[in-house]
Order: sequence, then C-alpha cells, then structure tokens
Amino acid sequence: MNNKLKPRRPLKEKHYWEEWTGRIYTSICVVFLIVVMFSIVYFVASKGLSTFFQNGISISEFLGGKTWNPTGEPAFYGALPFITGSFITTLLAALIASPLGLCAALFMTEIVPGKGKKILQPAIELLSGIPSVVYGFIGLSVIVPLLRSIFGGTGVGIAAGCLVLAVMILPTVTSIMADALSALPKGLRESSYALGATRWQTIYRVIIPTTLPALLTGVVLGMARAFGEALAVQMVIGNAPHVPTSLLESASTLTSVITLSMGNTTMGSVHNNALWSMALVLLVMTFVFVILVRLLERRNRV
Amino acid sequence: MFKKLPFILMTLTFVLVLAACGSKNDAGTEGAASNGSGEATAELSGNILAVGSTALLPLVEQAGQKFMAVDEYKNVTVQVQGGGSGTGLTQVSDGQATIGNSDVFAEEKLEDEAKVKELVDHQVAVVAMAPVSNKDTGVEDLTKQQLVDIFSGKVTNWKDVGGADKAIVIVNRPSSSGTRATFEKYALGAKMDDIQGSIQEDSSGNVKKLVAETPGAIGYLALSYLDDSLQVLKYEGVEATVENVEAGTYPVWAYEHMYTKGEPDAATKAFLDYILSDEIQQNDVTELGYIPMSGMKVKRDAAGNVVQ
Repeated sequence: MNNKLKPRRPLKEKHYWEEWTGRIYTSICVVFLIVVMFSIVYFVASKGLSTFFQNGISISEFLGGKTWNPTGEPAFYGALPFITGSFITTLLAALIASPLGLCAALFMTEIVPGKGKKILQPAIELLSGIPSVVYGFIGLSVIVPLLRSIFGGTGVGIAAGCLVLAVMILPTVTSIMADALSALPKGLRESSYALGATRWQTIYRVIIPTTLPALLTGVVLGMARAFGEALAVQMVIGNAPHVPTSLLESASTLTSVITLSMGNTTMGSVHNNALWSMALVLLVMTFVFVILVRLLERRNRV
Repeated sequence: MFKKLPFILMTLTFVLVLAACGSKNDAGTEGAASNGSGEATAELSGNILAVGSTALLPLVEQAGQKFMAVDEYKNVTVQVQGGGSGTGLTQVSDGQATIGNSDVFAEEKLEDEAKVKELVDHQVAVVAMAPVSNKDTGVEDLTKQQLVDIFSGKVTNWKDVGGADKAIVIVNRPSSSGTRATFEKYALGAKMDDIQGSIQEDSSGNVKKLVAETPGAIGYLALSYLDDSLQVLKYEGVEATVENVEAGTYPVWAYEHMYTKGEPDAATKAFLDYILSDEIQQNDVTELGYIPMSGMKVKRDAAGNVVQ
C-alpha cells in the first residue's frame, strides 16, 4: 500500500511546480521582450527627435528638403532624396517580385502540387539563406556590368538596386503566397471544376480573387523586407544624395545612407542625430507595413 | 526530458546573453578605472578595448595578437573592434573604450572642445592616398586645379584635362568619411559638394572594383590598394610613393590616430609603445600598406601646418 501511494504524492507536487516554473519563466521572458522592444523604440525616437527639438531643424526641412550636405557651410539636412530612393526601389522590387512569386506559388499549389512543391519550395527558401553581402556582391559583379553594357553609363543606380532587392524578397513573397493558396478550402476549387471551369478559369476567377488579401500580405511583407534592406542595396545603388532623374542614375536609400555614415559620425553631433531621424522614419514605415498587414488579415477573415 | 529541452535551451541563451552584456560592461569600467591610477606593477594586466577606424583595424588587430603573445604581457587582453572613426572617438571620450582609433584628428570630428582636450593623441602610422582612374581615360597626371574642377563638377569630360573623349564618373566616399576628408583637405584644398550622378562607396574594395570596371571613372585609394588594374594618377607631377610621402613632397596623407582619454594606464601605454616599436613599425606596418612613423621627415598638426 505504502509503496503504491508514495510515488503519487511527489508526482502531483512535481506537476504543480512544473506549472508554476513554466508560468514564471514565460512571464519573465515576455516582460524582458516587452522591455527590450519599448527601449528600442524609445531610444530610436529620442535620438531621432532630438534633431528637431535640440538641433532646431524643422521637420518640413528634413522630410521635404532636397539638399543633403551635413558637412557643408551652411549644412543642409534634407532627407527627401533618400525617402524617394527608398520608396522607388521598394515599389519597383515589389512590382518585379510579386508576379514572379505569384506564378511560383500557383505552380507549387495548383499546377504541379506534389513534385512542384517538393522541388521549388526548398529551392526558393534557399534564397533567403544567402547573406545580403553576397547578393550585393553578385549585383556589383553581374547586374551592374550587365546594365552598363546594355544601357551605357555607370550601371549603378535604382535599376540595379531593385533587381537585387526583387530576388531577395522573392522567398518571402512566394512562401506567404503559397501558404495562402494551399489554405484555400478544397470545396471552392472542386465546385468550380464541377461547373465545368478549366484550371486556368478556376485560378483567375476563383482562387486569386478569394485569396487576394492574403496574397497582398505576402507583397506587403516583401516590401517591408525590401524597405529595411541595407547592405546589398548600398553596394549597387551608388549612394549619391540626390533625387534621381532616371533609373540608371546613382541614388540612395535611407538604409544605405545610415550604414555609410553612422560609424563615421560622432554620437550627439547633428549629422549623427539626422541619421537617427532617418532610422525613426524607417521604424515608422515598418509600423505602417505592420498595420497594413493587420488590416489585410482582417479582410481575409471575413 | 524532451519536453523540457526548449526551456533549457532558452534559459541557456538567456543566461548567455546576460553574461555577454555583463562582461562587456566590466571591460569598460575596468579600463576607465585603471586609467586614473596608472600604477606600474611587475606583471602588467588589464583589458584594452580599441574601437574605431576600419582603415586602422587590420594593424591594431595584428599588433594586438603579437602583443598578447609576448610573455611579459600575457595577462593583458587586447580587444579590437571596427565601427568607424566617429564611433571610436565617441566611445573613448565616453569611457566605454580604452583606445579610440581614428583616421582624422579629434578636432575635426568632435564638436565639443572640452571633450577634445581630454583626449591624448598617439599617432601610430601614416596612410597616403592617390587619385586613381580607369585605364581608358588617357590621363596620367593631374594638377590640383584639374582635380578641383573634376570633383566640383566643372569639368565633366576627360578631353578637357588632356585625355580621351569620355564622360567623367566620380567614385567618391560618403561626406562623413575620413578618407574623403583627407583627400579633400590635402589634395583639393577645400570641401566639395556631392555631384549629381556621382557614386559613393565606403569600402576601398568596392571603390577599386568600380573604378577599374566603369569607363571614365575617377576615385582615390590608399596606397595599399593600388595595382595594375587601375591608372594611378600623379598629383602635380609627383608620384604617390612611400619615399615621396616621407620626404614631404607628396601631400595627400594623414596620420592614423589612437586616442586615449587622459594619459594611458600602464598596460595601454605598453601596447601603444609596442605598436611604435621597430618590430611592428618595420614589419607589420609596411606589410599592411601603411607608412611607418619613424620614416616621416615631416610633421603635421591638426590645422594642416607642415613642419620639416
């Protein structure tokens, strides 16, 4: 009797403590995470906003000024060239990557579901494992000379930047789109076929319209990645601080300017603070992308 | 057992992260604390954290390895990090780093004069730069005025400076770069604005690649990066060679600085002396493409005045 009872009591106690250690542990982790996130946002915001409040640069000059010359006399802190550069490269990269990603996703889920997915999915996911320096170097060694030989000029510029970015965001776009397509209820597809629709008609009349919000989530997440990418773009875009007049002219993005100049400037200088303000712009843009994704998800549920 | 595995792993990473943060702080405070005392013991010990200039990084790293291998200094740890001259100066002046590596005088970077006064300059090597162009330009020699015209955008075709009929493409450094500051100060004599359509790269490797491959390109590189893939341009008829820099006839060069906050403590001083010793200056410094301090027949101050 005794021998049978004894193991039961410690076991119960053990579960009790397991429950509590688990709870305490996860709570500590969550608190730690929240503290880290808030301190990052606070740090970037306090640094970025001091450009306007301490150094007396007006927000309109920063966001709308076309001249960036922080070492000049007088100094100019107009970030418009970088903001436009970031937006143009991101949008163009999304324009190139979305149709490619959609076709790859359709191929994996609708056209050759079994073998297609087995081969294409790992191949595309492999792309996301390549470090961005390597993308940048490939861009510098292959894409820039290619553009130079086709269009003349230097070859560096937004065109090279968005081509590199398009390849980099392809895995994100494709895998999210493929998930969305395979999550579609079987019934919709089958009823479309039952009505006599061909596979192509089913794809563009039924599957794409119903999954559109989820497909767009893939595009937006891809854009968020493209917007924040620094190293690869910095190597091929040229980084001249001007609003470009053509796609083959040297331009810069917010990230490329930050990575180029952050280490060379001293903390607390106006130049350094202005770079933090650009980081703040990037942070705000990421918030916008996250909000967009949330809105799309909400539409998706209905 | 396996249910607990993720928890154990997470705890482990958590502890490791905290431990890493902790040890870094320790190194910082220790360095700062020992700065003041500066007592010389029989066996030197301590942590030296050198942060900053990526141009100086290879030398300090290599010298640090050799320094720690010396029996006398085996209790001294030398850690070297990049991050750029601005970061180096900020961190040494805030006491986070023992040594701040910089390509430029602190006077040129730090806005707060009181902070500049606290720093002690140790010049450990000289770096010279040469203007370089693509091989197709047909130009081998440029005067100061021609360079100014090119980098200010007044001259946009190589035929105007006696070369081939080819558009000029400027491969520049970002305006905050120490290399650019040196080139503008000593080769051009004035700060230049960025030209629309110019290219900016921070890494010397990328500058070299772009100048070598882009038709009509012009840029500038440290002597250690020069080779046959580029046309090295003479400046005012003077070739960029170590001898010419040492003799003071070639002006486009700058010191590599290692700043300490106040006078260095015993271990740091030993390390700085070690870098300036013949063993490092005659071997590592020249191997890595810098010019040793001992060979310099001219001196220069922060304002750019040259003394024979």
